[in-house]
Amino acid sequence: MLRYTLRRLVQLVPVLIGVSIMTFAILHAIPGDPIAVMAPADASEEDIAGLRAEFGLDQPLPIQYLKYVGNAVQGNLGRSLRTRDPVAETLWRRLQFTIQLTIASVVLGVILGVVLGVVAATHHNTWIDNTIMVTSLTLLSVPGFWLSLMLLLLFAGTLRWLPSGGTGGPQHLVLPVIVISHGAAAVIARFTRSSMLEVIRQDYIRTARANGIPERLVVYRHALRNALNPVITIVGLQFGFLLGGSAIVETIFALPGIGRLMVNAIYTRDYPVIQGGILFIALTFVLVNLLTDLVYAIVNPRIRYS
Amino acid sequence: MTSEAIDRVVTTAPAAPDTELAARRALRGEWLRRLLRNRAAAAGLVIVVLFVLVATLADVLSPYDPYVGKLSERLQGPSPAHWLGTDALGRDMVARLMHGARSSLQIQLATIGFALFLGTTWGLVSGYFGGWVDDLSMRIIDVLLAFPGILLAITIVAVLGAGFGNIILAIGIASLPGLARLVRGVVLGLRELEYIEAARAIGESHVSIMFRYVLPGTIAPLTVAASLRMASVLLSASALSFLGLGVLPPTPEWGAMLSDARDYMFSSPHATTIPGLAITIVVVGFNLLGDGLRDALDPKMRV
Repeated sequence: MLRYTLRRLVQLVPVLIGVSIMTFAILHAIPGDPIAVMAPADASEEDIAGLRAEFGLDQPLPIQYLKYVGNAVQGNLGRSLRTRDPVAETLWRRLQFTIQLTIASVVLGVILGVVLGVVAATHHNTWIDNTIMVTSLTLLSVPGFWLSLMLLLLFAGTLRWLPSGGTGGPQHLVLPVIVISHGAAAVIARFTRSSMLEVIRQDYIRTARANGIPERLVVYRHALRNALNPVITIVGLQFGFLLGGSAIVETIFALPGIGRLMVNAIYTRDYPVIQGGILFIALTFVLVNLLTDLVYAIVNPRIRYS
Repeated sequence: MTSEAIDRVVTTAPAAPDTELAARRALRGEWLRRLLRNRAAAAGLVIVVLFVLVATLADVLSPYDPYVGKLSERLQGPSPAHWLGTDALGRDMVARLMHGARSSLQIQLATIGFALFLGTTWGLVSGYFGGWVDDLSMRIIDVLLAFPGILLAITIVAVLGAGFGNIILAIGIASLPGLARLVRGVVLGLRELEYIEAARAIGESHVSIMFRYVLPGTIAPLTVAASLRMASVLLSASALSFLGLGVLPPTPEWGAMLSDARDYMFSSPHATTIPGLAITIVVVGFNLLGDGLRDALDPKMRV
């Protein structure tokens, strides 16, 4: 396991270098003079010269890149052009909120997805299976931003059960978590179902049944355990999609997460925040995928030796 | 967002002999019969055909000019004059929806075309040559995969600015990793087959082998991926427009219509309900069709 972990860590190095190059490139990909784009409309000549020096854009590219990476490693991602706050600190605070929101959504998505997937598989080709499959396909197809608005209309508008946005108590997170998890629940349900159907056909399940083990035990102890293995990788991937989806949901529900921070930064052309935000999210996603792979290798020893 | 996940699942699935078999079946047209026998897929096909018809015939079918409205008629509910009501500027919702379908279809086709061209070339070269070419190109794909798709698209638009062309570029690039991996996986399987070896032995050039003998083997899985992608591209593009980072006003687009209607959500719920319903129905259509195509072209790829 140690060797596998080390190998996976080494494989991360080129990915991290690539991610740093891409986020670094953001500033340089802006058409025209990035400083002119970033500077506020009423900026004086000195302000502009100050900005140019702050970003070190007068130096050769490789030097700029090395400085960027050197600063980033030390947790310095520059200052926001609007608030002048250190970007890394703000992002870290906002990221914690988003990660909490995402974890809550992943948990809900996994529970719903696995339960629906197992029920569909154990009722294969019945109306129950069909209903679950149609529902999950519809959930996959509903745009998150529209689902948010419809839930708001119903629960905050007509019924007045839940607040329409902002933070406060757990009731503020009910709708956002439902919206963020809806797609994941659907994907996990579909995946669990097909994985279960595959496992149920195997010989050892037939043997278990032939030995008179109750169907309940066959399904939950013998089949589900193996069927869930591939589902783990899907959960890891979904985490990234949920992080991405949070940008829209946080914006609609006015939540203090990293996604809304980035969307607002885009509106105000606050490039250090955009640059740092995408870096933070990519690093989180890479880390989650690493953890997923390690968990997968623990439950599935064959992976370690391949 | 989420059909992207399915694409990624698909990329791990295909096995070479099956795709070869599938390609031969596709030639015989047997797949079409199987597709139409599948009720869900047939329903998907009907939705997609209607969507394409409305999008192409928007000028003829549309009852009003989608750009011109009467402020005196703003935010009206459905009526005989305006079947689906009017928006905040008094423009007819049916006309906006029909022309919105056209914007969406244009974006979808251009994005898929761009992503397919780039992804297929990438995967083909990577899988065919193998070795360091493969290593390098797959590491680049790994880097792209480190960014959640929609955020990658949002960031690209943030840098380049909103607008038609930039959305296509942004979503196209975000779609590249899935397609490149899919094609590479298929090509890796095909590369070792005897007919490819035979082509090499008689001295065919690499380019000729890639395009004449390897490429056809990727058509079946790519058809499935393209249909599912049409769904996810529509979702991503409308999400970008909803955030104000996609199609710009006054061009009618479903996500942008939702964004406009949001301010009047509680007083005029029809204006927020209808465009979202349209997106959902069309995305369901493409997803049903994609699933059906997968079952029809290659039952082994079923997820």
